Amino acid sequence: MANKPLPDDYYQRLEEIQKIDFTLVELNLYLDTHPQDLEAIKQYNTFTKKAKELRQMFEERYGPMIHFGHSYSTHPWAWIESPWPWQV
Amino acid sequence: MWLYEKKLQYPVRVSVCNPRLAKFLIEQYGGADGELSAALRYLNQRYTIPDKVIGLLTDIGTEEFAHLEMIATMVYKLTKDATPEEMKQAGLGDHYANHDGALFYHDAAGNNWTASYIQAKGDPIADLYEDIAAEEKARATYQWLINMSDDPFLNESLSFLREREIVHSQRFREAVELIKDSNTGKKIF
Repeated sequence: MANKPLPDDYYQRLEEIQKIDFTLVELNLYLDTHPQDLEAIKQYNTFTKKAKELRQMFEERYGPMIHFGHSYSTHPWAWIESPWPWQV
Repeated sequence: MWLYEKKLQYPVRVSVCNPRLAKFLIEQYGGADGELSAALRYLNQRYTIPDKVIGLLTDIGTEEFAHLEMIATMVYKLTKDATPEEMKQAGLGDHYANHDGALFYHDAAGNNWTASYIQAKGDPIADLYEDIAAEEKARATYQWLINMSDDPFLNESLSFLREREIVHSQRFREAVELIKDSNTGKKIF
């Protein structure tokens, strides 16, 4: 699969995940030094839910994003089928 | 335990094969103030840092590995179609002789990465001040790299990484204040 061209939809969905994950990284680091900020924690939980949904939709189309039991696999073993990040 | 996620933190696109630019970017792969140094420094210091900032060192250290992967992707994409002659022309002949097209942890001048680049002093203020300095040095390096790069796609990714150094520096400065507060009971000097 690494050599097959990927549809625009792959890149669009991936970018949506990258955007929301960036928000989560930022909130996470902020909360590491501001652990009492309830508003930021609410935002963190809201974006976490949204990120899980986006990731699930992506994985249904393009295969697992995370290994070691955090994503389901089709047959044959899907983890090694989809392209690696430096190949796209 | 760490998990691998099959995506880059931020997209990496390059305009054309450009091994000369890759040679410079390797500074942030295996150089003194590069992403490998950063990740290994924070993830090693965290075992003996006060509890209040273990989370921050863990999370920033983990993010640094995502940055290391972005730099690797840039170098890979900039060199994967280069001929040996092009590698030589770009000043990567020494690298090619030892590694072919493989990546390796060395700086732009070819010096191998060494643990001497990083420190763990066991003193939280000393460690966090080193971390702040490391972020500022990495930020400066990204600026010098952007100044030399004529690839607009690559510069987008480099700008993202430069901004991350600023955020990390800010968070480490807050960590210093958190530790000062807990050590002194908010005494005013």
